Amino acid sequence: MSKKAFRPDVDAPEWKGGHTPYDIIKEGTIAVVVIGLLTVLLAVVFGSPDVPAITIKSWSNHAPVDFATTALSELNGTSLTAAYGAPYNIQPASANQNLGPLKLDYWVGVHIPINTVTDFVVDPLKALPNQPVLHKSLAKWSGASASTRAAWVASYTKAAGKMKFENGQVIVNATNAGPVPLMINDLTMMARSGALDQALITGDSFYSTDYTQSLLFISDGSYLADVAGKQHLQGNQWGVMNETGSYPGSAWLWLYTFWYQISPFSTSSNADILVLATMIILTAGLTLMPFIPGLRSIPRRSRVYRLIWREHYRSQK
Amino acid sequence: MSTSEIDRQWTTRLRRRGFGKLPPEKMLPDTQPSYVASWIYVFGVATISALIVVIATGCVLAIFGPQWWHVSNIGHFVNSLHLWSVEIFFFSMVVHLWGKYFMAAWRGGRAMTWITGMVLFLMSVVTALTGYVSQTNFDSQWISTQAKDAINSTGGGAFFNLLNPGQMLMWHIVLMPLVLVLLVGAHVVMVRIKGVVPPFEENVGADQ
Repeated sequence: MSKKAFRPDVDAPEWKGGHTPYDIIKEGTIAVVVIGLLTVLLAVVFGSPDVPAITIKSWSNHAPVDFATTALSELNGTSLTAAYGAPYNIQPASANQNLGPLKLDYWVGVHIPINTVTDFVVDPLKALPNQPVLHKSLAKWSGASASTRAAWVASYTKAAGKMKFENGQVIVNATNAGPVPLMINDLTMMARSGALDQALITGDSFYSTDYTQSLLFISDGSYLADVAGKQHLQGNQWGVMNETGSYPGSAWLWLYTFWYQISPFSTSSNADILVLATMIILTAGLTLMPFIPGLRSIPRRSRVYRLIWREHYRSQK
Repeated sequence: MSTSEIDRQWTTRLRRRGFGKLPPEKMLPDTQPSYVASWIYVFGVATISALIVVIATGCVLAIFGPQWWHVSNIGHFVNSLHLWSVEIFFFSMVVHLWGKYFMAAWRGGRAMTWITGMVLFLMSVVTALTGYVSQTNFDSQWISTQAKDAINSTGGGAFFNLLNPGQMLMWHIVLMPLVLVLLVGAHVVMVRIKGVVPPFEENVGADQ
């Protein structure tokens, strides 16, 4: 039986050279101490960012028209969340992100059901106590047919382009909008008081650690994105790898973020799944490098290793 | 009890197999091959050291809860320690990874060591993401609402909800660290069993 040929990119030569003393415990201890001190130094000098979270209360007080417009988009079904698809609500497969013929999110389906009309508008308003006029309007809304509701919302939406916020009231000159003007105005008042923050978080429960509804509602408006833009966090500002302030952020995501900056990813409606698929392929390639002929030869061919083991090769001469 | 009966015990078999592959002098060596003489080797131990600081500072943050660092100067400082140890951890790990790449450190039956290292890097990225979205501040809001689209596009958002900081915090401080520490342990044991990859022999063979 012939001996198997030595493959330099797969096999390693047996080391027959010398050894040097090595105190692994001492090295480890010194490393922990040095890294610990370096961490303290960086923390003392640079600290860490902590920009407070936006609340629905602060959003609706700083930008009441943006809030009311967003509330309307939840009602008329044009918000990002209302038209999102899986895992929040049922939409055609084309509304979800597809990877060629693969409709992964569509196939997995709705697991965190959100109806923006009831969850973001009607149910929170129902929770407001001692509001007989509002509750009468909500009863009118609940008792109306779907087509009537749609007509009311369409009338209001048509006039909402000239929405104003004056004297603490949302002003829209809409006719034939039924209870919609009152609902939008009262939801804005509720938001400005802080009550909507709590209503969206806890719902019918006392405890909650789930902010899905609040975060979706806030991100449907433009206020969050405006603040993020000022903090250089938008997608076209390489925002995926940044964090607030002048901090390194997730610098390790530079390649992931890079794809979002170039075509076809930057213009695709399937950008997220395309970028993710690209990164999965590249990462799988790097992970399985030991088994890929050609690619696994790059380290040997590049000869960068001569820098790493320069003393070894020098001693061989 | 007969000797053969003892030999068949699971405990006996596990001990023999374990110590056979990794005797104490390999686990805690007092010498190393003379080619291990480069600053690049420092980044492996630096990564583990940074991880120790990350876990230690994370434990302090866990003791006082996720809101503490917003209202306490000491808490904010501990958060700063946590952040910078994470930055050092990733920096060291990436340098370590590329150093090992240019050594072709998978040679000589070390492919699983390379693969566990890559998996550790990926899991660290996920762990960092769960940390960012558990901060309960503006960064959490923005990062979670943006990153959710990528997770949702895979269908994974149905089970891994970035907008649920309670779920993310559990992943960040229980599940991911547990798996990371186990994998780091496996990675180190593999390195100790096989030893550090020797240099290329120059003028040997063609591409394989």
